[in-house]
Amino acid sequence: MAASAAAAIASPSGCGLFSTQGFSGSTRSLLWRKTEKRNVRKAVKGVIKAKIELSPPPYSLDGLEPHMSRETFEYHWGKHHRAYVDNLNKQIVGTELDTKTLEEIILATYNNGDLLPPFNNAAQVWNHDFFWESMKPGGGGKPSGELLELINRDFGSFEAFVSAFKAAAATQFGSGWAWLVYTTNKLNVGNAVNPRPSDEDKKLIVVKSPNAINPLVWDHSPLLTIDVWEHAYYLDFQNRRPDYISTFMEKLVSWDAVSSRLEAAKARALE
Amino acid sequence: MALRTLLTRKTLTAAPLGVRCLQTVSLPDLPYDYGDLEPAISAEIMQLHHHKHHQTYITNYNKALEQLDGAIAKGDASTVVKLQSAIKFNGGGHVNHSIFWKNLAPVRQGGGEPPKGSLGWAVDNHFDSLEALIQKMNAEGAALQGSGWVWLGLDKEFKRLVVETTPNQDPLVTKGPNLVPLLGIDVWEHAYYLQYKNVRPDYLKNIWKVINWKYASEVYDRECL
Repeated sequence: MAASAAAAIASPSGCGLFSTQGFSGSTRSLLWRKTEKRNVRKAVKGVIKAKIELSPPPYSLDGLEPHMSRETFEYHWGKHHRAYVDNLNKQIVGTELDTKTLEEIILATYNNGDLLPPFNNAAQVWNHDFFWESMKPGGGGKPSGELLELINRDFGSFEAFVSAFKAAAATQFGSGWAWLVYTTNKLNVGNAVNPRPSDEDKKLIVVKSPNAINPLVWDHSPLLTIDVWEHAYYLDFQNRRPDYISTFMEKLVSWDAVSSRLEAAKARALE
Repeated sequence: MALRTLLTRKTLTAAPLGVRCLQTVSLPDLPYDYGDLEPAISAEIMQLHHHKHHQTYITNYNKALEQLDGAIAKGDASTVVKLQSAIKFNGGGHVNHSIFWKNLAPVRQGGGEPPKGSLGWAVDNHFDSLEALIQKMNAEGAALQGSGWVWLGLDKEFKRLVVETTPNQDPLVTKGPNLVPLLGIDVWEHAYYLQYKNVRPDYLKNIWKVINWKYASEVYDRECL
């Protein structure tokens, strides 16, 4: 699979394709990567157009074998993720969304729950980027440092967190995602805005979302995700979603990525 | 030719009301073998779909029913409400798949043969042609985001055919109390992924070769009496 040429691609050895630069300074910016990698600006007769790129996972397509097969990646990244990117670009070209970042497109097309057509593609592009980066070869194990402290504080123990995360992933009915998020929004219902934020609100919670929805639209900072659309696990696990979830937790999770994201999320919360 | 049925029946006793009988559901037999729908749908998919997915909906529905029964007996309204989504998901899964197996038939049993009689006439009348209906259902099925079903239904009140989609395992009746399902096509990824991978449109194109219009006609005639 040829990776998109325009973005600067790190070697598939797993050395940090994603940067931990969180924010560009604007108050609502929720950037997880350098904007420049996501939007290649092409000057065509003075018209600047943004094009969303398909970025490869930060490891080779067989890098997560035997826990997640190369064949799965060939379809999941090579077909599904690629189609979301291509279809999104077709939908936004020539529209006012054309010059926006991916995160801006997601929030604009979420439209407070009355989804506009580009939302599904935009959110799924973001979700899949985030998912690949949530895993690494030789992943699993336990988090450490401040992340572990916060998990212990907010869930009671690491085991309790794992239990909650697995339950969310297993009970997300139909297609969707399960997430660990960092939130400063005490009102943990979709679309509620916290009118009186305080330090006590800042915490880790597990949420699940259907289809393409992600916690950005609920004003949370995602730290970790697992894709529970059937296409994510069917070739390797068929109907056995719980086995897939366990394998993900035990063998694939990149706690380094989660820790980096936590740092960025806390920095953003201070804005 | 018959496949094994897994029967579960349970009798529950609730103390204040004497002996009660909770009617649970069980996996229906397929009227054909797993491999009989090939090449349109592979034997591997049919086996997983029937024996694992449908069975799981049944198991979880029966479990939720028992819990509901207990909550009702205790007057625990909060639990009764909490169980509604599990009942809808799993009960809907059972209802929908029970219809789906009857919507399919091997070619040698008439699978793929166009509808005749009153349903055939109604299709031509409402959609101009069978091809137009198929195109419409395939377009809506392909465009469905996430998991769900695409249906050919009969609106009993207006005596009119409709094409509808439902998300997840919502039965057709959730789109209108007068809607009767004639044909449902499962577009959850588990229905086609092992064979067609991400190319849902190919699955939709091919499934018509094993669609059992005879069953749809029977339902249509019965409802239109």
